[in-house]
Amino acid sequence: MHDMSAQAHAAHHAPTGFIRKYVFSLDHKVIGKQYYGLAFFAAIIGMILSWIMRVHLGWTNFAIPGLHLLSKNGAPGDILTPEYYLQLMTMHGTIMVFFVLTTAPFAAFGNFFLPIQVGAEDMPFPRFNMMSFWVTFVSFLVMIAAFFVGDGPSLAGWTQYAPLSAVGPAAGPGQGMGEVLWASSIAIFCVGQLLGSLNFITTTLDMRTQGMSLWRMPLTTWAWFITSVMGLTAFAVLMPACILLVLDHVAGTSFFVPSNLVINDQLQPHSGGSTLLWQHLFWFFGHPEVYIAIVPAMGIVSHILMANIRRPLLSHRALIYSMGAIAVLSYMVYGHHMFVSGMNPISSIAFSFPTLVITIPATIIVLIWLGSLYGSKIRLNSACLFSLGMISMFISGGVSGFFLAQPSLDIMLHATYFVVGHFHFVMAVAAMFGIFAGTYFWFPKMYGRMMNETLGKIHFILTFIGAYCIFMPFHYLGMAGNVRRYQAFTDDYLQPLIPVHRFITIAAVATGAVQAIFLYNFIHSRFWGKPAPENPWEATSLEWSTTSPPPFDNFGGKLPVVYHDPYQYGVEGPAGDYVMQTDPTQIQLESDEA
Amino acid sequence: MAKLLAITLIVIAIVSAIPILRHTWWMPEDISTHGHAIDEQMSETMAEAGISFLASQFLLALFIWQYARPRPGEKIKKFPGGAMGLVIAAFLLVGTEVLALGVFGMKAWANVYLAPPAADALPVQVQAGQFAFYFRYPGPDGTFGPLHPDQINEGNENFFGLDTAHDPDSKDDIVTAEMAIPVNREIHLLMHSKDVGHSFFVPQLRVQQDFVPGLDLSLHFTAAKTGRYEIVCTQLCGLGHYNMKAYLTVMSQAEFDDWLKKQAALQ
Amino acid sequence: MATTIHPPATPGIDDRSRLKATSGNGGGRCLVPEGGTLRGVRDYAPPPSSTAIWVFVGAVCMTFAALTSALVVRKGGALDWQHFTLPSILYLNTVVLLASSVTIEIARRRVATFMTGGREAASHPARWLYITLILGLVFLAGQYVAWRQLYAQGLYLATFPSSSFFYVFTAAHALHLFGGLVGMARVIRKLKLHVLRRSTLDATVRYWHFMDVLWIYLLILLWAKL
Repeated sequence: MHDMSAQAHAAHHAPTGFIRKYVFSLDHKVIGKQYYGLAFFAAIIGMILSWIMRVHLGWTNFAIPGLHLLSKNGAPGDILTPEYYLQLMTMHGTIMVFFVLTTAPFAAFGNFFLPIQVGAEDMPFPRFNMMSFWVTFVSFLVMIAAFFVGDGPSLAGWTQYAPLSAVGPAAGPGQGMGEVLWASSIAIFCVGQLLGSLNFITTTLDMRTQGMSLWRMPLTTWAWFITSVMGLTAFAVLMPACILLVLDHVAGTSFFVPSNLVINDQLQPHSGGSTLLWQHLFWFFGHPEVYIAIVPAMGIVSHILMANIRRPLLSHRALIYSMGAIAVLSYMVYGHHMFVSGMNPISSIAFSFPTLVITIPATIIVLIWLGSLYGSKIRLNSACLFSLGMISMFISGGVSGFFLAQPSLDIMLHATYFVVGHFHFVMAVAAMFGIFAGTYFWFPKMYGRMMNETLGKIHFILTFIGAYCIFMPFHYLGMAGNVRRYQAFTDDYLQPLIPVHRFITIAAVATGAVQAIFLYNFIHSRFWGKPAPENPWEATSLEWSTTSPPPFDNFGGKLPVVYHDPYQYGVEGPAGDYVMQTDPTQIQLESDEA
Repeated sequence: MAKLLAITLIVIAIVSAIPILRHTWWMPEDISTHGHAIDEQMSETMAEAGISFLASQFLLALFIWQYARPRPGEKIKKFPGGAMGLVIAAFLLVGTEVLALGVFGMKAWANVYLAPPAADALPVQVQAGQFAFYFRYPGPDGTFGPLHPDQINEGNENFFGLDTAHDPDSKDDIVTAEMAIPVNREIHLLMHSKDVGHSFFVPQLRVQQDFVPGLDLSLHFTAAKTGRYEIVCTQLCGLGHYNMKAYLTVMSQAEFDDWLKKQAALQ
Repeated sequence: MATTIHPPATPGIDDRSRLKATSGNGGGRCLVPEGGTLRGVRDYAPPPSSTAIWVFVGAVCMTFAALTSALVVRKGGALDWQHFTLPSILYLNTVVLLASSVTIEIARRRVATFMTGGREAASHPARWLYITLILGLVFLAGQYVAWRQLYAQGLYLATFPSSSFFYVFTAAHALHLFGGLVGMARVIRKLKLHVLRRSTLDATVRYWHFMDVLWIYLLILLWAKL
């Protein structure tokens, strides 16, 4: 099972055939790009789904031309049915969380840059790495297939609470075949991520080049390493949970379905299962999953920020320790999703305190970012702008965490749009900004061409304003008691809130349209952009000491030797105010930087 | 670009704070006896979170404004106090903040979920199902008859699965589709679900509790103000989730007794 | 941040004693010789499979811990729990699996001797690997017989929650064990081709022992809980 011969083979000959080179490639860089492409495609689908949902929420009877092509029964006359709204919502959440926020910052950038940043020629198990992508791809196909079979995808939300998710077709459209496809797809996805995490951990521990001690690894590498440890544990728990869910469907077992359920006057043939069991297993995965999305973005943002503020962060280690603390705490806080779920009220208190405590490492990270900006020399390019934007989004999403960490306030805010606003800011938009920052920063290295900076800046400012217009009002809606996962607002007390929903819809459609600038910039720069030099940002880490794009074995037959900590900015170097990790130059000691 | 971003940040921060300060969209008026603790907790948390939010966004804007200007020849400065100062600040400020919030919030939570219901609380049973709530009052005998899920039949309006022919306790039970409660009297709500997960949320009453299939849960509260309110479902329960609601009428004890008599006559 | 340069350690190809001295300051595991030729890395980098196997074992432990907690929670709240006696062939299977652990240990030592050149001391190095492979297959067959026995008693996957858990646990273990058999087959193939690495062998053997320990744990769990 450990294929070292493949590695030896890879080191000598780059594959020449199209299939071996671009499809079933063993090269971590190609696999990284494949993950990026998958995430890109999934993000477009997820965004279109959110458009349809938003338009429906603003104007419930608005006919979206051509919608019936998606589903005849789901959108007769181009207007969404209540059940199809929920089905699209489930798919939006699932696709975005699993196939965008997990794959892009972690699997895509991590695959491409982790081996380069530690100075390795490839991952230790290239075949596992290739399988990791293709397994994830199959999982994506299975998920998408739900649109086209039976009565469509599951409607139970990305959290798939039992017994709605487990009793079968009686519970509603999509709860038969669609549900089985959902659970199978996620179980397959877990296998892919486990294989990926295995490679990430071993690369970090065993493949570092000479001089690359653990503390000399860039923060991105640290973030991916910490994330892969979280991923390994979290996905290993979600996988059996999904398998048990599938068994409840296809084998008639009762893991999650209790006795005496009556649906349509029919007593269900299940007995004794535990619905809270699903919630415990799901959130034991689900909360670390939030950090699986955001920790790589933290690493990427720190990495990019330092190259663009021309100084190291105030403390390298404090950031690493904080990310580690977040990872450890993430397993102790998952119960805050279940404050009003009927769990013992004492355990709500027990889960509340670690949840509040997790704000301390998060605050340390934010304060170190802010403190490092002080007295720096900021270069405001697109990558830096998106990094600063991510910090702003992370702050906005972070402060609403104070509310949701408290069971007493959760009585008012649970399952309202406040929660939706919170997690979109802190996890979705913040991670998305991290992805954009990473794209603008690493595009030259990945594709050997520069992206257009002017378009990048326009894209940033419009997206930044748009994201606030969409997600800040969600908090107001939640304060007023607006329940989430409603396809229309029929309650009397919700009527005054409908104009807010319309504002959000307009903002969402506009912000989505702005992403066309990015799409154009990406495609245009990919083929016609200015050729990129080796180190366009005057950065220090190892990926900038090789050609753009790197050769097949990353460093052209030799491995680099590392002499410095990763971020030697703001010093006197041979080429400017920085010294690269591979540069043996002695650095002048400056007392206040010691 | 730096000035544009800094101004954008400040404008966004201020505009975001205005509706919060003006309570443009805020929690509906509290009609419960326990709710003031939650409301106070909400205001305190909002104050602390709001100050953190504004301060950090302003600081971010200030630093971008200040340090993105080209300043040739100038050395990179170090933040006074350095990383250690910030780490200590984070521990002290956020630590005390979350400790205070946690402890006070715990009291507000305990008021609702840990205090036992009063002995003379009025028992009301609520059953959630796709996509309606049904309520049951015990009738003059003060006892609920047993449930028989296999006898549930919506066509016969036997929503709870009562067997009035065999269970004497069930005979005087009153089943309604709307909830009515007397004002200033504690209600002991006995909750169960007949199919999937649901939730019982009355924003004005400051109560929310999930229905968990297979578990019998309970909740107790006292309404201090008469009026008509909506009970909504907050746990995704299927295609009719958005429309799953019932009305809650809080009335005087005399009106409530009348109402109960009328409902009993309709059984 | 440190600003002085730590000159990277430059151990000679055979100078392994100096590597330890540099650990923690440049990375004790950075075994690239000066000049950083790839050949040096391939020959002297620590074997990732020895790390990977522990990482993988960790993940498998999480999976079975999740299933165990599912069993405990499901049993704790259930009124419909039915006990049943485990098929007695399971104990026989346990003996077979324990025996396979012994044989694979013999195989590991023989192959190791063979790899370090002691050919006459260990002729037919793969023999004990084949024996282990067969014992593994016998164990899987035995598990299948156990399932057939339960079937004959009318205990299907969905009959009782206890039988559901029995099938889930044994199937999950059998699947992981099958993975070990595939690994072992690869070890045999590589041995024949003379491309086997010591670390691959050790990782496979460790995994096999882990399967053994996991089975003992499962047997005790199922015996106590079902």
